[in-house]
Amino acid sequence: MRITVNVNGEDRTREVEPRHLLVRFLRDDLELTGTHWGCDTSNCGTCVVLMDGEPVKSCTVLAVMAAGHEIRTVEDLADGDRLDPVQQGFIEQHGLQCGFCTPGMMLTGRALLDRNPDPSDQEIREAISGQLCRCTGYLNIVRSIRWAAREEAAVAAPEATTPATATATTGSQA
Amino acid sequence: MQVPASFDYRRATSVAEALELLRRYGEEARVVAGGHSLLPMMKLRLAGPELLVDINDLHELDHIELVGDELRVGALTRHRTLLESPLVGRYFPIVHDAEKVIADPPVRNRGTIGGSLCQADPSEDLSAVCGALHARVVIRGEGGERVVPMADFHQGPYETAVGVGEMLVQVRIPVLPGAGSAYEKVERKSGDWAVAAAGVALTLREGRIADAGVGLAAVGAGALNLDAVQELLNGGEPSEALYEEAALLASANCSPVTDGRGSAEYKRHLAGELTRRALRRSVARARTAQGTTGEA
Ligand SMILES: Cc1cc2nc3c(=O)[nH]c(=O)nc-3n(C[C@H](O)[C@H](O)[C@H](O)COP(=O)(O)OP(=O)(O)OC[C@H]3O[C@@H](n4cnc5c(N)ncnc54)[C@H](O)[C@@H]3O)c2cc1C
Ligand code: FES
Ligand code: FES
Repeated sequence: MRITVNVNGEDRTREVEPRHLLVRFLRDDLELTGTHWGCDTSNCGTCVVLMDGEPVKSCTVLAVMAAGHEIRTVEDLADGDRLDPVQQGFIEQHGLQCGFCTPGMMLTGRALLDRNPDPSDQEIREAISGQLCRCTGYLNIVRSIRWAAREEAAVAAPEATTPATATATTGSQA
Repeated sequence: MQVPASFDYRRATSVAEALELLRRYGEEARVVAGGHSLLPMMKLRLAGPELLVDINDLHELDHIELVGDELRVGALTRHRTLLESPLVGRYFPIVHDAEKVIADPPVRNRGTIGGSLCQADPSEDLSAVCGALHARVVIRGEGGERVVPMADFHQGPYETAVGVGEMLVQVRIPVLPGAGSAYEKVERKSGDWAVAAAGVALTLREGRIADAGVGLAAVGAGALNLDAVQELLNGGEPSEALYEEAALLASANCSPVTDGRGSAEYKRHLAGELTRRALRRSVARARTAQGTTGEA
Protein backbone atom coordinates (compact mmCIF):
# COMPACT_ATOMS: atom_id res chain seq x y z
CA MET A 1 0.00 0.00 0.00
CA ARG A 2 1.15 3.51 -0.69
CA ILE A 3 0.94 5.68 2.43
CA THR A 4 1.84 9.21 3.36
CA VAL A 5 2.65 9.98 6.97
CA ASN A 6 3.57 13.42 8.20
CA VAL A 7 6.75 12.81 10.18
CA ASN A 8 8.36 15.71 12.00
CA GLY A 9 6.45 18.19 9.86
CA GLU A 10 7.27 16.61 6.52
CA ASP A 11 5.03 14.36 4.40
CA ARG A 12 6.83 11.06 3.82
CA THR A 13 5.43 8.64 1.24
CA ARG A 14 6.39 4.98 1.05
CA GLU A 15 5.08 1.68 -0.27
CA VAL A 16 4.45 -0.60 2.73
CA GLU A 17 2.75 -3.89 3.56
CA PRO A 18 -0.27 -3.42 5.86
CA ARG A 19 1.48 -5.50 8.52
CA HIS A 20 4.43 -3.12 8.67
CA LEU A 21 4.68 -1.59 12.13
CA LEU A 22 5.11 2.13 12.65
CA VAL A 23 8.37 1.60 14.57
CA ARG A 24 9.85 -0.24 11.56
CA PHE A 25 8.57 2.41 9.18
CA LEU A 26 10.36 5.10 11.19
CA ARG A 27 13.57 3.20 11.82
CA ASP A 28 14.03 1.15 8.64
CA ASP A 29 12.25 3.10 5.92
CA LEU A 30 12.90 6.66 7.11
CA GLU A 31 16.15 5.83 8.95
CA LEU A 32 14.97 7.75 12.01
CA THR A 33 16.71 5.43 14.44
CA GLY A 34 16.26 7.76 17.40
CA THR A 35 13.04 5.86 18.08
CA HIS A 36 14.12 2.77 19.97
CA TRP A 37 12.59 -0.63 19.88
CA GLY A 38 12.67 -3.07 22.76
CA CYS A 39 10.06 -5.54 23.94
CA ASP A 40 7.89 -5.47 20.84
CA THR A 41 4.90 -6.27 23.07
CA SER A 42 3.71 -2.78 24.06
CA ASN A 43 5.13 -3.16 27.54
CA CYS A 44 8.46 -1.32 27.73
CA GLY A 45 7.52 1.98 26.08
CA THR A 46 10.90 2.68 24.54
CA CYS A 47 9.22 2.95 21.12
CA VAL A 48 6.97 5.84 22.21
CA VAL A 49 6.48 8.56 19.59
CA LEU A 50 3.87 11.31 19.45
CA MET A 51 0.89 10.69 17.21
CA ASP A 52 -1.12 13.88 16.74
CA GLY A 53 0.68 15.18 19.81
CA GLU A 54 0.00 12.25 22.14
CA PRO A 55 2.37 9.43 23.18
CA VAL A 56 1.72 6.06 21.54
CA LYS A 57 3.70 2.83 21.46
CA SER A 58 4.84 2.61 17.86
CA CYS A 59 5.41 -1.17 18.03
CA THR A 60 1.64 -1.52 18.37
CA VAL A 61 0.52 0.89 15.67
CA LEU A 62 0.48 -0.17 12.03
CA ALA A 63 2.20 2.23 9.68
CA VAL A 64 -0.96 2.20 7.54
CA MET A 65 -2.94 3.33 10.60
CA ALA A 66 -0.59 6.32 10.97
CA ALA A 67 -1.19 7.44 7.38
CA GLY A 68 -2.67 10.92 7.32
CA HIS A 69 -1.57 11.55 10.90
CA GLU A 70 1.25 13.62 12.38
CA ILE A 71 4.09 11.69 13.95
CA ARG A 72 6.77 13.39 15.98
CA THR A 73 10.00 11.61 16.90
CA VAL A 74 12.95 12.53 19.10
CA GLU A 75 14.81 13.85 16.04
CA ASP A 76 12.35 16.74 15.95
CA LEU A 77 12.87 17.92 19.53
CA ALA A 78 15.92 20.10 18.99
CA ASP A 79 15.60 23.20 16.84
CA GLY A 80 18.92 23.15 15.00
CA ASP A 81 21.56 23.46 17.71
CA ARG A 82 19.07 24.64 20.30
CA LEU A 83 17.95 21.76 22.48
CA ASP A 84 14.38 21.47 23.62
CA PRO A 85 14.15 22.36 27.33
CA VAL A 86 13.23 18.74 28.01
CA GLN A 87 16.47 17.58 26.38
CA GLN A 88 18.41 20.20 28.31
CA GLY A 89 16.70 19.01 31.48
CA PHE A 90 17.94 15.46 30.90
CA ILE A 91 21.47 16.87 30.69
CA GLU A 92 21.12 19.16 33.72
CA GLN A 93 19.53 16.56 35.96
CA HIS A 94 21.38 13.48 34.69
CA GLY A 95 18.12 11.98 33.40
CA LEU A 96 19.78 9.14 31.55
CA GLN A 97 22.47 6.56 31.81
CA CYS A 98 22.40 4.05 28.94
CA GLY A 99 19.92 6.18 27.00
CA PHE A 100 17.74 3.34 25.80
CA CYS A 101 14.51 4.66 27.29
CA THR A 102 15.43 8.30 26.74
CA PRO A 103 13.80 9.19 23.39
CA GLY A 104 10.42 7.91 24.58
CA MET A 105 10.80 9.54 27.99
CA MET A 106 11.66 12.91 26.47
CA LEU A 107 8.76 12.81 24.04
CA THR A 108 6.37 11.93 26.85
CA GLY A 109 7.81 14.80 28.87
CA ARG A 110 7.31 17.14 25.91
CA ALA A 111 3.70 16.03 25.38
CA LEU A 112 2.97 16.44 29.09
CA LEU A 113 4.37 19.99 29.25
CA ASP A 114 2.50 20.95 26.09
CA ARG A 115 -0.77 20.15 27.87
CA ASN A 116 0.19 20.95 31.42
CA PRO A 117 3.06 23.43 31.76
CA ASP A 118 3.29 23.01 35.54
CA PRO A 119 2.81 19.33 36.38
CA SER A 120 3.27 17.96 39.88
CA ASP A 121 5.83 15.19 40.44
CA GLN A 122 2.90 12.81 40.72
CA GLU A 123 1.60 13.89 37.33
CA ILE A 124 5.06 13.45 35.80
CA ARG A 125 5.33 9.98 37.31
CA GLU A 126 1.90 9.09 36.01
CA ALA A 127 2.78 10.32 32.50
CA ILE A 128 5.91 8.15 32.26
CA SER A 129 4.35 5.16 34.00
CA GLY A 130 4.04 3.17 30.78
CA GLN A 131 7.77 3.37 30.08
CA LEU A 132 10.52 1.35 31.71
CA CYS A 133 13.94 2.65 32.66
CA ARG A 134 16.39 0.07 33.93
CA CYS A 135 19.09 2.56 34.86
CA THR A 136 18.00 5.73 36.59
CA GLY A 137 15.40 4.63 39.09
CA TYR A 138 13.15 7.30 37.51
CA LEU A 139 13.97 9.98 40.07
CA ASN A 140 16.26 11.88 37.75
CA ILE A 141 13.83 11.56 34.87
CA VAL A 142 11.16 13.22 37.00
CA ARG A 143 13.69 15.93 37.96
CA SER A 144 14.63 16.44 34.31
CA ILE A 145 11.05 17.04 33.24
CA ARG A 146 10.45 19.29 36.20
CA TRP A 147 13.61 21.22 35.30
CA ALA A 148 12.21 21.74 31.81
CA ALA A 149 8.88 22.94 33.23
CA ARG A 150 10.67 25.53 35.41
CA GLU A 151 12.92 26.59 32.58
CA GLU A 152 9.98 27.17 30.27
CA ALA A 153 8.13 29.08 32.99
CA ALA A 154 11.21 31.19 33.69
CA VAL A 155 11.67 32.01 30.03
CA ALA A 156 8.00 32.86 29.62
CA ALA A 157 7.48 34.76 32.88
CA PRO A 158 9.84 37.77 33.14
CA GLU A 159 8.43 39.85 30.31
CA ALA A 160 4.87 38.93 31.14
CA THR A 161 4.68 39.39 34.90
CA THR A 162 7.75 40.99 36.43
CA PRO A 163 9.05 43.81 34.26
CA ALA A 164 11.28 44.96 37.18
CA THR A 165 13.48 41.90 36.74
CA ALA A 166 13.43 42.05 32.96
CA THR A 167 17.19 42.44 32.93
CA ALA A 168 17.41 38.81 33.92
CA THR A 169 15.90 37.60 30.66
CA THR A 170 18.27 36.09 28.17
CA GLY A 171 16.08 36.62 25.15
CA SER A 172 16.32 32.96 24.28
CA GLN A 173 12.84 33.07 22.76
CA ALA A 174 14.19 33.04 19.21
CA MET B 1 11.02 -9.18 15.68
CA GLN B 2 7.32 -9.98 15.94
CA VAL B 3 5.33 -9.19 12.82
CA PRO B 4 1.76 -10.25 12.10
CA ALA B 5 1.04 -12.58 9.18
CA SER B 6 -0.04 -10.82 5.99
CA PHE B 7 -3.50 -9.33 5.74
CA ASP B 8 -5.42 -6.79 3.72
CA TYR B 9 -6.25 -3.44 5.22
CA ARG B 10 -9.17 -1.12 4.59
CA ARG B 11 -9.88 2.11 6.34
CA ALA B 12 -13.64 2.51 6.62
CA THR B 13 -15.06 5.94 5.85
CA SER B 14 -18.53 5.18 7.24
CA VAL B 15 -20.14 2.65 9.54
CA ALA B 16 -22.11 1.38 6.52
CA GLU B 17 -18.89 0.75 4.61
CA ALA B 18 -17.33 -1.02 7.57
CA LEU B 19 -20.38 -3.27 7.89
CA GLU B 20 -20.34 -3.98 4.16
CA LEU B 21 -16.68 -5.05 4.33
CA LEU B 22 -17.30 -7.18 7.41
CA ARG B 23 -20.22 -8.86 5.67
CA ARG B 24 -18.30 -9.49 2.46
CA TYR B 25 -15.25 -11.03 4.14
CA GLY B 26 -17.27 -12.86 6.83
CA GLU B 27 -15.29 -14.76 9.45
CA GLU B 28 -11.99 -13.66 7.93
CA ALA B 29 -12.50 -9.96 8.66
CA ARG B 30 -11.83 -8.21 11.95
CA VAL B 31 -12.46 -4.66 13.11
CA VAL B 32 -9.37 -2.87 14.36
CA ALA B 33 -9.96 -0.02 16.82
CA GLY B 34 -7.05 0.82 19.14
CA GLY B 35 -5.33 -2.37 18.05
CA HIS B 36 -3.79 -2.82 21.49
CA SER B 37 -5.33 -6.22 22.03
CA LEU B 38 -5.68 -7.36 18.43
CA LEU B 39 -2.20 -6.50 17.11
CA PRO B 40 -0.39 -8.30 19.95
CA MET B 41 -2.56 -11.34 19.28
CA MET B 42 -1.77 -11.17 15.57
CA LYS B 43 1.95 -10.93 16.32
CA LEU B 44 1.65 -14.10 18.39
CA ARG B 45 -0.46 -15.80 15.67
CA LEU B 46 -3.33 -16.12 18.13
CA ALA B 47 -5.38 -14.21 15.55
CA GLY B 48 -4.91 -14.26 11.79
CA PRO B 49 -7.57 -12.20 10.06
CA GLU B 50 -7.37 -11.81 6.29
CA LEU B 51 -8.79 -8.32 6.41
CA LEU B 52 -8.55 -5.57 8.99
CA VAL B 53 -11.29 -2.97 8.85
CA ASP B 54 -9.89 0.15 10.50
CA ILE B 55 -12.67 2.15 12.19
CA ASN B 56 -10.45 4.93 13.56
CA ASP B 57 -11.81 7.52 11.11
CA LEU B 58 -15.42 6.92 12.19
CA HIS B 59 -15.64 9.92 14.50
CA GLU B 60 -19.37 9.43 14.98
CA LEU B 61 -18.39 6.42 17.12
CA ASP B 62 -16.30 8.63 19.42
CA HIS B 63 -18.73 10.44 21.70
CA ILE B 64 -19.94 10.70 25.29
CA GLU B 65 -23.39 12.17 25.72
CA LEU B 66 -26.20 12.21 28.19
CA VAL B 67 -29.48 11.25 26.50
CA GLY B 68 -32.48 11.07 28.80
CA ASP B 69 -31.53 8.91 31.74
CA GLU B 70 -28.59 7.17 30.16
CA LEU B 71 -25.05 7.97 29.22
CA ARG B 72 -24.20 6.96 25.68
CA VAL B 73 -20.60 6.19 24.91
CA GLY B 74 -19.47 5.53 21.35
CA ALA B 75 -17.54 2.30 20.75
CA LEU B 76 -14.47 4.19 19.53
CA THR B 77 -14.18 6.30 22.70
CA ARG B 78 -10.61 5.93 24.00
CA HIS B 79 -9.68 5.01 27.56
CA ARG B 80 -8.09 8.42 27.89
CA THR B 81 -11.26 10.26 26.84
CA LEU B 82 -13.26 8.33 29.44
CA LEU B 83 -10.70 9.15 32.11
CA GLU B 84 -10.73 12.85 31.25
CA SER B 85 -14.51 13.19 30.97
CA PRO B 86 -16.02 15.12 33.93
CA LEU B 87 -19.45 13.83 32.91
CA VAL B 88 -18.29 10.24 33.29
CA GLY B 89 -16.57 11.05 36.58
CA ARG B 90 -19.64 12.74 38.01
CA TYR B 91 -22.08 9.93 37.29
CA PHE B 92 -19.82 6.89 37.24
CA PRO B 93 -16.79 7.24 39.53
CA ILE B 94 -16.30 3.47 39.01
CA VAL B 95 -15.19 4.22 35.43
CA HIS B 96 -12.56 6.69 36.57
CA ASP B 97 -11.39 4.32 39.32
CA ALA B 98 -10.87 1.66 36.66
CA GLU B 99 -9.43 3.86 33.94
CA LYS B 100 -6.70 5.13 36.27
CA VAL B 101 -5.39 1.58 36.50
CA ILE B 102 -6.07 0.23 33.02
CA ALA B 103 -2.74 -0.22 31.29
CA ASP B 104 -0.68 2.99 31.04
CA PRO B 105 -1.07 6.41 29.40
CA PRO B 106 0.24 5.55 25.89
CA VAL B 107 -1.96 2.43 25.78
CA ARG B 108 -4.92 4.44 27.06
CA ASN B 109 -4.34 6.91 24.24
CA ARG B 110 -5.18 4.13 21.76
CA GLY B 111 -7.39 1.50 23.42
CA THR B 112 -11.16 1.93 23.14
CA ILE B 113 -14.19 0.89 25.16
CA GLY B 114 -15.53 -1.05 22.17
CA GLY B 115 -12.27 -2.93 21.76
CA SER B 116 -12.16 -3.72 25.46
CA LEU B 117 -15.66 -5.17 25.52
CA CYS B 118 -15.31 -7.01 22.20
CA GLN B 119 -11.99 -8.52 23.19
CA ALA B 120 -14.01 -10.32 25.90
CA ASP B 121 -10.89 -11.17 27.84
CA PRO B 122 -12.04 -12.20 31.33
CA SER B 123 -9.39 -9.85 32.73
CA GLU B 124 -10.71 -6.78 30.91
CA ASP B 125 -11.52 -4.16 33.52
CA LEU B 126 -14.20 -2.33 31.53
CA SER B 127 -16.16 -5.56 31.16
CA ALA B 128 -16.43 -5.84 34.92
CA VAL B 129 -17.26 -2.13 35.15
CA CYS B 130 -19.97 -2.28 32.48
CA GLY B 131 -21.33 -5.46 34.06
CA ALA B 132 -21.63 -3.77 37.46
CA LEU B 133 -23.29 -0.75 35.86
CA HIS B 134 -25.84 -2.97 34.07
CA ALA B 135 -24.87 -1.33 30.81
CA ARG B 136 -26.38 -2.29 27.48
CA VAL B 137 -24.52 -2.35 24.20
CA VAL B 138 -25.76 -1.46 20.76
CA ILE B 139 -24.80 -3.84 17.98
CA ARG B 140 -25.34 -2.73 14.40
CA GLY B 141 -25.62 -4.96 11.36
CA GLU B 142 -27.15 -4.93 7.91
CA GLY B 143 -30.64 -5.32 9.33
CA GLY B 144 -30.34 -2.46 11.83
CA GLU B 145 -29.51 -2.25 15.50
CA ARG B 146 -30.13 -4.42 18.52
CA VAL B 147 -29.56 -3.54 22.14
CA VAL B 148 -28.06 -6.29 24.27
CA PRO B 149 -27.64 -6.24 28.06
CA MET B 150 -24.06 -6.80 29.26
CA ALA B 151 -25.25 -9.98 30.96
CA ASP B 152 -25.89 -11.51 27.50
CA PHE B 153 -23.04 -9.83 25.64
CA HIS B 154 -20.16 -12.03 26.72
CA GLN B 155 -20.78 -15.58 25.67
CA GLY B 156 -17.52 -17.04 26.88
CA PRO B 157 -13.87 -16.07 26.86
CA TYR B 158 -13.14 -14.08 23.68
CA GLU B 159 -16.72 -14.61 22.47
CA THR B 160 -19.38 -11.96 22.24
CA ALA B 161 -22.87 -11.48 20.85
CA VAL B 162 -21.42 -9.53 17.90
CA GLY B 163 -22.14 -11.69 14.85
CA VAL B 164 -20.50 -11.87 11.43
CA GLY B 165 -21.11 -8.64 9.55
CA GLU B 166 -21.90 -6.73 12.73
CA MET B 167 -20.12 -4.30 14.99
CA LEU B 168 -20.48 -2.72 18.37
CA VAL B 169 -21.40 0.94 17.99
CA GLN B 170 -22.36 2.19 21.44
CA VAL B 171 -22.45 1.44 25.14
CA ARG B 172 -25.41 2.73 27.16
CA ILE B 173 -25.19 3.13 30.90
CA PRO B 174 -28.26 3.94 33.00
CA VAL B 175 -27.96 7.07 35.14
CA LEU B 176 -29.68 6.46 38.46
CA PRO B 177 -30.33 9.23 40.98
CA GLY B 178 -28.29 8.94 44.15
CA ALA B 179 -26.07 6.22 42.79
CA GLY B 180 -22.63 5.30 44.05
CA SER B 181 -20.02 3.07 42.44
CA ALA B 182 -16.40 2.03 42.85
CA TYR B 183 -13.73 -0.21 41.37
CA GLU B 184 -11.00 -1.99 43.29
CA LYS B 185 -8.12 -3.73 41.56
CA VAL B 186 -4.98 -5.48 42.69
CA GLU B 187 -2.18 -5.66 40.14
CA ARG B 188 1.43 -6.83 40.35
CA LYS B 189 2.85 -3.60 39.03
CA SER B 190 1.59 -0.29 37.71
CA GLY B 191 -0.22 -0.72 34.39
CA ASP B 192 -0.58 -4.46 34.59
CA TRP B 193 -3.66 -6.58 34.12
CA ALA B 194 -5.56 -7.39 37.30
CA VAL B 195 -4.61 -10.23 39.61
CA ALA B 196 -8.25 -9.75 40.53
CA ALA B 197 -10.64 -6.82 40.53
CA ALA B 198 -14.18 -6.02 41.63
CA GLY B 199 -16.62 -3.32 40.65
CA VAL B 200 -19.81 -2.35 42.45
CA ALA B 201 -22.60 0.04 41.52
CA LEU B 202 -25.73 0.68 43.58
CA THR B 203 -28.25 3.23 44.71
CA LEU B 204 -29.65 3.89 48.16
CA ARG B 205 -33.40 4.13 48.63
CA GLU B 206 -34.55 5.12 52.08
CA GLY B 207 -31.27 3.94 53.44
CA ARG B 208 -31.43 0.55 51.75
CA ILE B 209 -29.42 -0.75 48.84
CA ALA B 210 -31.20 -0.97 45.48
CA ASP B 211 -30.19 -1.63 41.88
CA ALA B 212 -27.01 -3.39 43.03
CA GLY B 213 -24.56 -4.46 40.34
CA VAL B 214 -21.37 -6.41 40.87
CA GLY B 215 -18.68 -7.24 38.30
CA LEU B 216 -15.47 -9.21 38.78
CA ALA B 217 -12.40 -9.31 36.55
CA ALA B 218 -9.68 -11.93 36.16
CA VAL B 219 -11.32 -14.52 38.35
CA GLY B 220 -12.95 -16.79 35.83
CA ALA B 221 -14.10 -16.99 32.28
CA GLY B 222 -17.58 -16.23 31.11
CA ALA B 223 -20.70 -16.68 33.12
CA LEU B 224 -19.90 -15.73 36.67
CA ASN B 225 -23.02 -16.05 38.69
CA LEU B 226 -23.08 -12.75 40.44
CA ASP B 227 -26.88 -12.56 40.48
CA ALA B 228 -26.81 -14.16 43.90
CA VAL B 229 -24.61 -11.37 45.26
CA GLN B 230 -26.82 -8.72 43.70
CA GLU B 231 -29.97 -10.33 45.12
CA LEU B 232 -28.41 -10.48 48.55
CA LEU B 233 -27.55 -6.78 48.42
CA ASN B 234 -30.84 -5.47 47.07
CA GLY B 235 -33.07 -4.37 49.91
CA GLY B 236 -30.29 -4.77 52.44
CA GLU B 237 -29.22 -2.13 54.87
CA PRO B 238 -25.56 -1.20 54.40
CA SER B 239 -23.48 -2.78 57.16
CA GLU B 240 -20.18 -4.57 57.58
CA ALA B 241 -22.12 -7.77 58.21
CA LEU B 242 -23.87 -7.45 54.85
CA TYR B 243 -20.58 -6.69 53.06
CA GLU B 244 -19.07 -9.76 54.68
CA GLU B 245 -21.87 -11.94 53.38
CA ALA B 246 -21.55 -10.42 49.92
CA ALA B 247 -17.78 -10.92 49.96
CA LEU B 248 -18.19 -14.59 50.85
CA LEU B 249 -20.74 -15.08 48.06
CA ALA B 250 -18.54 -13.32 45.49
CA SER B 251 -15.64 -15.51 46.53
CA ALA B 252 -17.73 -18.63 46.25
CA ASN B 253 -19.17 -17.71 42.87
CA CYS B 254 -15.97 -17.15 40.92
CA SER B 255 -13.63 -19.63 39.29
CA PRO B 256 -10.07 -18.30 39.19
CA VAL B 257 -7.15 -20.33 37.94
CA THR B 258 -3.58 -20.34 39.20
CA ASP B 259 -1.18 -18.52 36.91
CA GLY B 260 1.81 -16.18 37.01
CA ARG B 261 -0.28 -13.51 38.65
CA GLY B 262 -1.27 -15.58 41.65
CA SER B 263 -2.82 -18.77 42.96
CA ALA B 264 -6.49 -19.56 42.54
CA GLU B 265 -6.85 -19.42 46.31
CA TYR B 266 -5.34 -15.93 46.54
CA LYS B 267 -7.50 -14.63 43.69
CA ARG B 268 -10.60 -16.08 45.32
CA HIS B 269 -9.68 -14.28 48.51
CA LEU B 270 -9.17 -11.05 46.56
CA ALA B 271 -12.53 -11.39 44.79
CA GLY B 272 -14.23 -11.30 48.19
CA GLU B 273 -12.06 -8.64 49.79
CA LEU B 274 -12.21 -6.32 46.77
CA THR B 275 -16.00 -6.73 46.57
CA ARG B 276 -16.16 -5.68 50.21
CA ARG B 277 -13.97 -2.60 49.64
CA ALA B 278 -15.89 -1.59 46.52
CA LEU B 279 -19.15 -1.92 48.46
CA ARG B 280 -17.92 0.33 51.25
CA ARG B 281 -16.82 3.01 48.82
CA SER B 282 -19.96 2.75 46.67
CA VAL B 283 -22.19 3.25 49.68
CA ALA B 284 -20.09 6.18 50.90
CA ARG B 285 -20.27 7.76 47.46
CA ALA B 286 -24.02 7.17 47.17
CA ARG B 287 -24.47 8.95 50.50
CA THR B 288 -22.38 11.87 49.32
CA ALA B 289 -24.30 12.02 46.04
CA GLN B 290 -27.60 12.07 47.91
CA GLY B 291 -26.27 14.71 50.28
CA THR B 292 -25.43 16.99 47.37
CA THR B 293 -28.65 16.40 45.45
CA GLY B 294 -30.61 16.96 48.67
CA GLU B 295 -29.10 20.39 49.12
CA ALA B 296 -29.47 21.44 45.51
C1 LIG C 1 0.55 -3.30 27.77
C2 LIG C 1 -0.94 -3.42 27.85
C3 LIG C 1 -1.55 -3.44 29.09
C4 LIG C 1 -2.91 -3.53 29.19
N1 LIG C 1 -3.48 -3.53 30.44
C5 LIG C 1 -4.81 -3.60 30.55
C6 LIG C 1 -5.44 -3.59 31.82
O1 LIG C 1 -4.78 -3.47 32.86
N2 LIG C 1 -6.79 -3.70 31.89
C7 LIG C 1 -7.56 -3.78 30.76
O2 LIG C 1 -8.77 -3.86 30.87
N3 LIG C 1 -7.00 -3.77 29.55
C8 LIG C 1 -5.66 -3.69 29.42
N4 LIG C 1 -5.09 -3.69 28.18
C9 LIG C 1 -5.95 -3.79 27.00
C10 LIG C 1 -6.26 -2.43 26.45
O3 LIG C 1 -7.19 -1.82 27.28
C11 LIG C 1 -6.79 -2.59 25.02
O4 LIG C 1 -6.53 -1.46 24.31
C12 LIG C 1 -8.26 -2.87 24.92
O5 LIG C 1 -8.59 -3.97 25.65
C13 LIG C 1 -8.69 -3.17 23.51
O6 LIG C 1 -9.09 -2.02 22.95
P1 LIG C 1 -8.64 -1.70 21.47
O7 LIG C 1 -9.44 -0.56 21.02
O8 LIG C 1 -7.17 -1.58 21.44
O9 LIG C 1 -9.12 -3.02 20.69
P2 LIG C 1 -8.55 -3.76 19.41
O10 LIG C 1 -7.27 -4.40 19.74
O11 LIG C 1 -8.60 -2.87 18.24
O12 LIG C 1 -9.68 -4.86 19.24
C14 LIG C 1 -9.87 -5.88 20.19
C15 LIG C 1 -10.95 -6.85 19.68
O13 LIG C 1 -12.20 -6.20 19.59
C16 LIG C 1 -12.71 -6.17 18.26
N5 LIG C 1 -13.34 -4.85 18.11
C17 LIG C 1 -12.80 -3.64 18.41
N6 LIG C 1 -13.73 -2.66 18.25
C18 LIG C 1 -14.86 -3.28 17.81
C19 LIG C 1 -16.17 -2.81 17.48
N7 LIG C 1 -16.49 -1.52 17.56
N8 LIG C 1 -17.09 -3.72 17.06
C20 LIG C 1 -16.77 -5.03 17.00
N9 LIG C 1 -15.56 -5.54 17.31
C21 LIG C 1 -14.61 -4.67 17.72
C22 LIG C 1 -11.51 -6.40 17.38
O14 LIG C 1 -11.88 -7.00 16.17
C23 LIG C 1 -10.69 -7.34 18.24
O15 LIG C 1 -11.19 -8.65 18.14
C24 LIG C 1 -3.71 -3.61 28.03
C25 LIG C 1 -3.11 -3.60 26.78
C26 LIG C 1 -1.75 -3.50 26.67
C27 LIG C 1 -1.13 -3.48 25.32
S1 FES D 1 9.04 -1.88 21.86
FE1 FES D 1 7.13 -0.91 21.90
S2 FES D 1 6.59 -0.98 23.97
FE2 FES D 1 8.46 -2.10 23.95
S1 FES E 1 18.68 5.26 30.87
FE1 FES E 1 19.00 3.16 30.58
S2 FES E 1 16.96 2.44 30.41
FE2 FES E 1 16.67 4.46 31.01
